[in-house]
Amino acid sequence: MSGGRTRSSAIGRWAHTVKTLMRHPQFRVGAGDFAPVVPGIAAWGVMAGVAMVQSGMSLVEATLMGLLVFAGSSQLAAIPLISAGAPMWVILATGFCVNLRFVVFSIHLRQYVMHETRWRRLLSGYPMADLNYVMFTRRFPQPATEAIGIEAQDAYRAGNGTAGWISWAASNLLGIALANSIPVSWGLGFAGILALLGIGCSLVTTGLTAVSAGIAGTAAVAAFALPLKLNILVAIAAAVAVCLILEKPASRHTLETGGRH
Amino acid sequence: MNGTDLWTVVTIIGLTLVTILTRSFFFLSGKPWSLPRWAQSGLRYAPVAALSAVIIPEIVMSQGQLVSHVKDARLFAAIAGVAWYYWRRGVLGTIVAGMAVYLPLRLGLGW
Repeated sequence: MSGGRTRSSAIGRWAHTVKTLMRHPQFRVGAGDFAPVVPGIAAWGVMAGVAMVQSGMSLVEATLMGLLVFAGSSQLAAIPLISAGAPMWVILATGFCVNLRFVVFSIHLRQYVMHETRWRRLLSGYPMADLNYVMFTRRFPQPATEAIGIEAQDAYRAGNGTAGWISWAASNLLGIALANSIPVSWGLGFAGILALLGIGCSLVTTGLTAVSAGIAGTAAVAAFALPLKLNILVAIAAAVAVCLILEKPASRHTLETGGRH
Repeated sequence: MNGTDLWTVVTIIGLTLVTILTRSFFFLSGKPWSLPRWAQSGLRYAPVAALSAVIIPEIVMSQGQLVSHVKDARLFAAIAGVAWYYWRRGVLGTIVAGMAVYLPLRLGLGW
């Protein structure tokens, strides 16, 4: 009896939280920020759907993967391994390594989510793909300290993440449905790179962000031979290190005046 | 289409957990700690670095090598996309302009 009541009140609290987040104006702002990249993400998602079916996955398997895994790079890395019958631990370890940049993002995002319960933090992390992370930190460079600001950040993340998940899941399903009518040779997935490129340009606002982009791009090419997309991790580390060294003379001034770049 | 395999379904659920685990990695522990100031200021450069590290190899490399000739649709599409961005400041336009250059070069000329 009492267990049932606790559970239903927990569900009630969740429903209340979801409703509060969805009604918050920042939910729409978050979803709206995602809107311009939808064509790019969708084209990429369609090609992921095509790739899943063409690798020999069943309809159920491809649908589950498209709805749940929600990570383009680990899906694309896993597809050939699954069809080759690789051991499960190899596939999961590969997915983990290919996703390592998200671990770096979670260091950055930690300060924004620690007010939530652990289950909600996991749910907050789930949709934090590259673009969601970038859009969120672009909109909120500093974590809020008061309740109103925290609520706005939570709602923005929820709206932005929901838009990302819907775009990815729907386009994966479309790709599964159209698998035999879209030739891979058209290379439609390149639209996803163009979406990242546009957002990347929007982040280059100072000399040091341009340096960061230049170093990271060069390092990612130079370290391309590393397995499991570890070149991306090397590139982020190199770019951040170089920018820290370059900003050192200026940073004391920035911290003292409390200004941002 | 092949039949559904329980092993594959379990693998897919595992990959879902990997997504959640990596994206929430540093949210898992509730122990309070904070980053040193230098790390916090360094993280400001991480978003643009991450995007650049994902994008650039996809534009200038093929089969693990730098592209050696300019007859590559991706190069021209990226230039068109960046040009559009700085002209009109729109991400949607970046995608459309890039694809408007990419598709004819790739499908028409086979670049």
